[in-house]
Amino acid sequence: MNVEVPELQAIADRIVAQAKAGEQIEAYVGRGGETSVRVYEGELEHFVSAQSDGVGIRVVKDGRTGSAYAGTLDESAIAEVLAEARDNVQFGTQDEFAGLAMPDGVEPVPQKFWDDDLANYPTESKVDLTKDLERRALAADARVRSESANYDDGWGETAFATTTGIRTSGRANSCYVSVVTLADDGDETQTGFGFSVGDSPKDFDLDKAAREAADRATRLLGATKPATKRTTIVLDPYVTSQFISVLSSAFNGENVSKGRSIFADRLGEQVAVPFFTLVDDPTNKLAYTATDIDGEGLAARRNVLIQDGVLQMFVHSSYSARRMNTVSTGNATRGGFAGSPGVGCLAMQVTPGAKSQAELIASISDGVLIQEVSGLHSGVNPISGDFSTGASGMTIVNGAVGAPIREFTIGSTLQRMLQDIIAIGNDVDWLPMRAAGLSLVIADVTISGS
Amino acid sequence: MSNNQSLLVEPDVLSRVLARGKSTGAEFSEVFVEDKRSTSAGLDDGKIEQVSSGRDRGAGIRVVKGETTGFAHTSDLSEKGLLAAAEAAAAAASRGGGGVNAVALNAVVRHPVNAIEKWPDEIAKRDKVAILQRVDSAARAVHRAIVQVSAGYGDSRKRILIANSDGVLAADEQVRTLLRVSVVASGDGGMQTGFQSLGHTIGFEVFDQNDVEELARSAAQQAVTKLSARPAPSGSLPVVIKHGSGGVLFHEACGHGLEADIISKGASVYKDKRGELVASPLVTLIDDGTMTAEWGAIGIDDEGHPSQRNVLIQDGVLTDYMWDYLRARKEGRRQSGNGRRQSYQHLPMVRMTNTFVLNGPHDPDAIVRDTKNGVYVAKLGGGQVDTASGDFVFGMTEAYLIENGEITEPLRDGNLIGNGPQVLRDIDLLGNDFAMGNPGTCGKDGQGVPVGDGQPTLRVKSLTIGGTAA
Repeated sequence: MNVEVPELQAIADRIVAQAKAGEQIEAYVGRGGETSVRVYEGELEHFVSAQSDGVGIRVVKDGRTGSAYAGTLDESAIAEVLAEARDNVQFGTQDEFAGLAMPDGVEPVPQKFWDDDLANYPTESKVDLTKDLERRALAADARVRSESANYDDGWGETAFATTTGIRTSGRANSCYVSVVTLADDGDETQTGFGFSVGDSPKDFDLDKAAREAADRATRLLGATKPATKRTTIVLDPYVTSQFISVLSSAFNGENVSKGRSIFADRLGEQVAVPFFTLVDDPTNKLAYTATDIDGEGLAARRNVLIQDGVLQMFVHSSYSARRMNTVSTGNATRGGFAGSPGVGCLAMQVTPGAKSQAELIASISDGVLIQEVSGLHSGVNPISGDFSTGASGMTIVNGAVGAPIREFTIGSTLQRMLQDIIAIGNDVDWLPMRAAGLSLVIADVTISGS
Repeated sequence: MSNNQSLLVEPDVLSRVLARGKSTGAEFSEVFVEDKRSTSAGLDDGKIEQVSSGRDRGAGIRVVKGETTGFAHTSDLSEKGLLAAAEAAAAAASRGGGGVNAVALNAVVRHPVNAIEKWPDEIAKRDKVAILQRVDSAARAVHRAIVQVSAGYGDSRKRILIANSDGVLAADEQVRTLLRVSVVASGDGGMQTGFQSLGHTIGFEVFDQNDVEELARSAAQQAVTKLSARPAPSGSLPVVIKHGSGGVLFHEACGHGLEADIISKGASVYKDKRGELVASPLVTLIDDGTMTAEWGAIGIDDEGHPSQRNVLIQDGVLTDYMWDYLRARKEGRRQSGNGRRQSYQHLPMVRMTNTFVLNGPHDPDAIVRDTKNGVYVAKLGGGQVDTASGDFVFGMTEAYLIENGEITEPLRDGNLIGNGPQVLRDIDLLGNDFAMGNPGTCGKDGQGVPVGDGQPTLRVKSLTIGGTAA
């Protein structure tokens, strides 16, 4: 947050200044807007233009915490929010670890989060761009039709203040385009999607988004259900990103301290193959979820989670850190003004290997390229480690990509998969998710089909 | 849900805002006003972490011109704020000129779904957190292997007001009360989890009508049972799904595919299938927003249409899709009470309410007995569907092997995968023990809305089980 927002900071400061003796107060003030354009068959289907604002307040007193929020910056509403948060304090259980973050002297790494080109981008151009994207997707393959093409942008300003002396404000904007396609072959219909992100619309690669959407929809036409077997799988970067995101909760210091992590008690142990290194680095500006401060206003920082297969650390907010007698790693998360801080990895990346996906596939005599997974929220249990998702992709036969397959699952456990990695690709893709993608080859996974 | 309260915005203001929405020549304008107060409380690691209060209040204004919808929202409910939002929405829908239209409003009679006995804002917060402490104690008492319990309480009281340029004026007050509990048990083979939840569209009386200790014990028992679970099989097997736990199967296997917005874009395997046999003749599928106290029950939908009971599949034959205003208008028919939105900040679209399958003829015990080898699913997690291909997954969070017609060993978590139309045809036994399931949140296009589901015990003769055991 390199550009200050004095107006919101003043609101946050005014709230915090009302603290009484023995009371800690945290104020989070936010304001933002969004544009959403959807095009279908050359026509503008919807255009959404909206702004919202709000304030969230946490109060800690005698080891008890209460909170409240309201979706408005109206002065009388803010007073009501503070009164509600104070009232809520008495119902919390006294917790010796409760409290706000303290300034820790770590300086935020400056980054650019605001783009004037995006802020000034004309509305008409947003619509034209979206129509253009749809046309390109339709032109990419004759079998493709449109479900929708979309342009979305948003901007936000936030200010944060605490009685412990943390004070920060900033603004950010972002945009992306996406296109959803359908492809038909007789009675069969398959879906595809493509997207592109950028600091401003001039960074978009519309052709790539269009081509990916067309490829994804058409490549599964005629796909069959594979036979059940154990085999080697290659995760596409897009799938690896989701897999790594699922792992995130195992590094969460609060989960560790509450006995909910598969990695609890495993610090210093070999939890993955020796050539696997995983970092959480929101200071890397290439990461889509890069940030300079965390959800408690502390500097975000680079943390090495797994080095050469050995578990190095857990990530912490100030609360989880106090529970484990350590310090915050700058990993407090927060879902806007309505949410309270949690703990999480912010921008994960697997250290890339040396080979391209094609080279990785060339060394596999019999396997499956996994291009999409579904049901991660329903079939992966990050506490037990059980891993089972729906999947679709392509067979790999004698080092080459073969026929499309669908309606099967891949199953293993998170613990085993980390030990069964046999190769890591060099094809890093900074996807708009919490983890970067790259190709990952994992042995001995169960494919469940017919 | 009393109707005699003052409206959130006066009718004459609404009329002027609607007229402003149509001022650029649009055919339709709509104001959706919401005022929601909510309370949540979380317990974890034996402690009430915090009580939190929320207030969300604002209006979303939708303007439709031709094929284009313009939408804007504001948290400013003054006439000035509403008029500004209406102008923004009108400009978004249109760049042409147009006339000014007068709008006359007529009150819509909402479906009387629930009578609230104990309004959540009239219950002391102390009593709310006490529920969580009861849950914690009950779960921990089940077994020494229980190492962690987390529980959440949430309630909300939401007033909505909808007015549109067709003259609709409708208001509703929607109350929801929710309790969820997650339990972790630890054993030699690692950790396992259990989960239960309870949610109804009534107030605090929900805890007079339901046994929260029993709910907690059930979650704890689930986690403890799974400590001795073996890896689930892999491959295709007959699957028996316990009553009240498998409604999500229909939600995913065909519910989404019967939403008219998806149908109109040809993105559903059920397009052009009205009047055709799409499921086993045993199956009659209903979506019913009027179902008293169930999680998806609403007096009116978020477009001001009274909720109703819709038959989607009758004896295996597809009878109708679900409709919102836009899609119904295009087809020149009535909407079905399925136009819903997450909040005033969102556009409405076609959504399910309470979706369930009616009783069949079979004895549930006999269904298990008649299954030589298979899987018995006692609790399902969430799911996901690709409506175009019909492929869907759903998670099993409590399941057992069936061996020689008997339920035997517990299985570890996994996903099941199937193809919607195929699975509907493969339902070969349907029990007579209908029950509704847990409260759910259905996600679509970035919006979550509360939904319910239910079904009797049933058997699918073949489903692919995503385990790891050969």
